[in-house]
Amino acid sequence: MLRDITLGQYYQTESVIHRLDPRVKLVGTILYIISLFLSGGVCGYLAAALFLAVVIKLSRVPFRYMVKGMKAIAFILLLTVVFNLFLTPGEPLWQFWKLTITEEGLKISVLMAVRLTFLIIGSSLMTLTTTPNNLTDGMEKLMGPLKKIRVPVHEISMMMSIALRFIPILMEETDKIMKAQIARGADFESGNLVKKAKAMVPLLVPLFISAFRRANDLAMAMEARCYQGGGGRTKMKPLQYNKRDILAYGVLAIYIAALLFVRNIRILP
Amino acid sequence: MGIIEAGKLVFEYIRRDEEGNAEGITRAVDGVDLDIRQGEFVAILGHNGSGKSTLAKHINAILYPTEGAVLVDGKDTREEENIWEIRQKAGMVFQNPDNQIIGQVVEEDVGFGPENMGVPTKEIWERVEESLKAVGMYEYRKHSPNKLSGGQKQRVSIAGVIAMHPKCIILDEPTAMLDPSGRREVIRAVRALNQVEGVTILLITHYMEEVIHADRVIVMDQGKIVMQGTPRDVFSHVERLRSLRLDVPQVTLLAYALKKKGLPLPDGILSAEELAEALGYQKG
Repeated sequence: MLRDITLGQYYQTESVIHRLDPRVKLVGTILYIISLFLSGGVCGYLAAALFLAVVIKLSRVPFRYMVKGMKAIAFILLLTVVFNLFLTPGEPLWQFWKLTITEEGLKISVLMAVRLTFLIIGSSLMTLTTTPNNLTDGMEKLMGPLKKIRVPVHEISMMMSIALRFIPILMEETDKIMKAQIARGADFESGNLVKKAKAMVPLLVPLFISAFRRANDLAMAMEARCYQGGGGRTKMKPLQYNKRDILAYGVLAIYIAALLFVRNIRILP
Repeated sequence: MGIIEAGKLVFEYIRRDEEGNAEGITRAVDGVDLDIRQGEFVAILGHNGSGKSTLAKHINAILYPTEGAVLVDGKDTREEENIWEIRQKAGMVFQNPDNQIIGQVVEEDVGFGPENMGVPTKEIWERVEESLKAVGMYEYRKHSPNKLSGGQKQRVSIAGVIAMHPKCIILDEPTAMLDPSGRREVIRAVRALNQVEGVTILLITHYMEEVIHADRVIVMDQGKIVMQGTPRDVFSHVERLRSLRLDVPQVTLLAYALKKKGLPLPDGILSAEELAEALGYQKG
């Protein structure tokens, strides 16, 4: 049951977006999110939607995978909409009991819903098209300049990739410990939340002990294989910009420019 | 001069009770002399707590001797500047395959050692390819280690060590967590490395069946070397091995029992074929 969880939710297929350098995708996602908050007016959102649609088409990831990602935060989305709808002061449109919908509220809530949807689809597009490994590599490279102010960039990315590697192992272990405890009469299913949480304690203690033991073993194995931190290391798969990456940066720049231009045009008042 | 030499090696650690007070000193390794030549296949046997793993960790400079010295390819493990060269020359494979695979893809894990050594990218790829082929895992290079069987994972770990081009590989109970077929896979890979590539192998185990192909068997008990010789020599002392709480291979045991009952059999029979032949049965 625990094993069904897929982290990073990478979708394996061949596409231009998949082959892009992870740095391009990271920078692109960040810029896209910023652009969503810069843009105003219908034209701006149309431009953002068009850009997103083209990238989705290029990525060859089925649209339903992105919708799946939406489900997890549907509740937050709904909450934002509801709060904005009822709590924004302004010209009342519709009133019922103590609830008032204002014109401004309606506008803002629609705006927020669109923004959040685009934001989530945009960032899930990045995780769907980039392997976790590639992503940590890209982050290490992008954060490179931070080394000058003593940020342990290599160590952070190494920790991230080791964490990713150990998630399935520790899940399997949790499963094993759970079964062993169930076999001896432990009850993880019934009772209220507090009772359930309490039942987790005998599960977490052995899990933590084993995680520490594993960490100790892994550290020894890494040292035995000459691991000495980031200095003097070469890369088996070094990141290198290709023509298509430069092109992608170009497209991104055009998109941002277009958006900044378009935001001043207003069709609707 | 041997590739691994140890002289009067002693390793002591302080035993502590639950509050951390010193209870006493344990000698895990007690005056061990070792001389292993290039290309040799040496097996170290011993039951739990005999000091065999502690000895292995000295060769990779993970532990340092309390007394005496360990030389790997003429380099003293106690000298700080030698550590990385020693760890490259004497690669180490540990017991639990899950706790020594770092990469999320097989080929990336094999490349981890060479990456740490600063090998150029192109050469890393060559080394990864040749080491995966040497253990017969090349077709799995794009797989996730989590999806492999125990024997396959352990072969990947071995490939990860080979990619560093060591002169010697120390395997610390590499088969202890594997099923019989996984155990056979690993041992076959190790033997091929020794015979084809001429890599010196130091295999630490408590499975007797794994040591019958070794050039030399060393038996340890309570931190000391108590027996040493070819597998045939060592296994002819059935009673002695039993007193050291070691299991003799079943065939050897059977031959010993038959001989005791008066059958004219030679000492130290290692395989079923040998026993059949000695008993006068012809093959086929």
